[in-house]
Amino acid sequence: MPLPREKIIRPDFSLSPRIDQVGVEERASRFTKRSIKKETKLNGLKLVLNMIDLTTLEGKDTDGKVKQLCYKAMHPHDALPGLPTVAAVCVYPTMVKVAKKALEGSGIKVASVTTAFPSGQAPRDVKIRDTKYAVANGADEVDMVISRGKFHAGEYNFVYDEIAMIKEACGEARLKVILETGELGTYDKVRRASDIAMQAGADFIKTSTGKIQPAATMPVTLVMLEAIRDFYYRTGKMTGMKPAGGISKSKLALHYLVMVKEVLGEDWLSNEWFRFGASSLANDVLMQLVKEETGLYQAGNYFSAD
Amino acid sequence: MPRLEVLKTYKIYIGGQFPRTESGRYYSPVNKAGKKLANVCLCSRKDFRDAVVSARSAFGGWSSRAAFNRSQILYRMAEMLEGRKAQFIDELIQQDATRAHAEKEISLAIDRLIYYAGWCDKFQQLFSAVNPVASSHFNFSVPEPTGVVSIIAPQGDALLGLVSLIAPVIAGGNTCVVLASETKPLCAVTFAEVLNSSDLPGGVVNILTGKPAELVSWFTDHMDVNATLYCENNSDVQKLIREKSASNLKRVHFYDKVNWYSAEGQSPYFIMDSQEIKTTWHPVENIAGAGGGY
Repeated sequence: MPLPREKIIRPDFSLSPRIDQVGVEERASRFTKRSIKKETKLNGLKLVLNMIDLTTLEGKDTDGKVKQLCYKAMHPHDALPGLPTVAAVCVYPTMVKVAKKALEGSGIKVASVTTAFPSGQAPRDVKIRDTKYAVANGADEVDMVISRGKFHAGEYNFVYDEIAMIKEACGEARLKVILETGELGTYDKVRRASDIAMQAGADFIKTSTGKIQPAATMPVTLVMLEAIRDFYYRTGKMTGMKPAGGISKSKLALHYLVMVKEVLGEDWLSNEWFRFGASSLANDVLMQLVKEETGLYQAGNYFSAD
Repeated sequence: MPRLEVLKTYKIYIGGQFPRTESGRYYSPVNKAGKKLANVCLCSRKDFRDAVVSARSAFGGWSSRAAFNRSQILYRMAEMLEGRKAQFIDELIQQDATRAHAEKEISLAIDRLIYYAGWCDKFQQLFSAVNPVASSHFNFSVPEPTGVVSIIAPQGDALLGLVSLIAPVIAGGNTCVVLASETKPLCAVTFAEVLNSSDLPGGVVNILTGKPAELVSWFTDHMDVNATLYCENNSDVQKLIREKSASNLKRVHFYDKVNWYSAEGQSPYFIMDSQEIKTTWHPVENIAGAGGGY
């Protein structure tokens, strides 16, 4: 018999640590100063490719577009043998069935955005149905958005309860919680939202929908990684991290890997615990890999668009 | 009171910005009298890579502008160059030219920009064709810009050669990355300052300084470069360029026999060297088949 909602005691999220803005930005910029060359770079790039959630979230998405993206996920660049596949394909709930069928047997996960993505402005029962629909169609992972309006109004318990209920609706599927940091405004609020999401059962926390600027930045990701680290020390539970939006260059992706390794350690350096939400990053990584292979700088028109 | 001379560091021009070389290397060309001319960036392959990225991203906008607008911008470049004549004459003299020669070179360079400004919206008519075909199609061929052009400017005519190479390339809607003369780079960087104040969108022309010996192979084997222009009569380098450019079948042109001061130094055929002929088949009603006629 579950406790009635008013009896549940939740942590006081207004006590989340404050963030030193200057310190975080300075620290984040240090990660871009590491020199990564040759063999290490090659392995890093392959790891990045293997961590990508290849994404198409457009109103104009069609079955054909999704199938094409799934093919790209399985065959990033057949001219270069020995490449890993991407981690997952991320689509709207109505496209889950198509993606699931196209990816059958490949081991690539299907992720679906739910809860009235990207705004999250919908009644709770709609959000739960949205999530159940995606999972019933075969989604392995669910990317939900938090209610930023409620969050700004200080209704942390509402946000917490909502995440917990979506987590319940996910069943076996892993839950990624999108904070939409571009709408949160300060690092303090990013930290607080991260704490709420993890406490409520998030398997991953994710920066952005990709529809709002600024999307993922290194300082914001650092704040979230530190929240994950503190949560891990307190509870022993690992949480994944997914920066999304605005990461389109390999070099920047490698900087993120450096940051993950130096903040959380090597345990997080696999696609089980770290993902990039991106669509154009994959081609840049492929171009760099081919450049390393051939010694020639590459051109975009020799790589498939999706 | 004696004062310390301030020697200008000539920076490079990429994407409408004036960065220093990422390599942090510099060299100091000297004139015949042994006087140090300036500190000049010794560019690396990574500067070239960045310049190609800028040129490629500028290509869409530049090539789709109205030809007439490109013409206006080239004319504006000539106007701005005219306004800074004195500085160019001064630099050419520093680089061992006589005053008479310097004045002639800058005047010709300005005239050349005007010449190609005029051609921007006219060469298409000259080199286009409506083709007779045996089926019911309207069939026509038109020149279109090839893309990003890498240019290794001549070592000698540091200003006129540079302008004579850049102008036809951008008049035709291409973007370019230029390696300035190694021994006489001053005018090239000052020319970049002219470009920067003349409505030319950033990235259409990118100017690097450095050693051709280090950079030629990168200028010619980059997969995102569509054509290469080279001006020296050096058969080893020409052979290297032919081999390297095979990677993506670049257009390669050697201008080692062109005298930029003569009438043959300007011609719409220089524009055509960085154009591709595209042919379109457009279905039309078969008028003759219906028994009609004109």
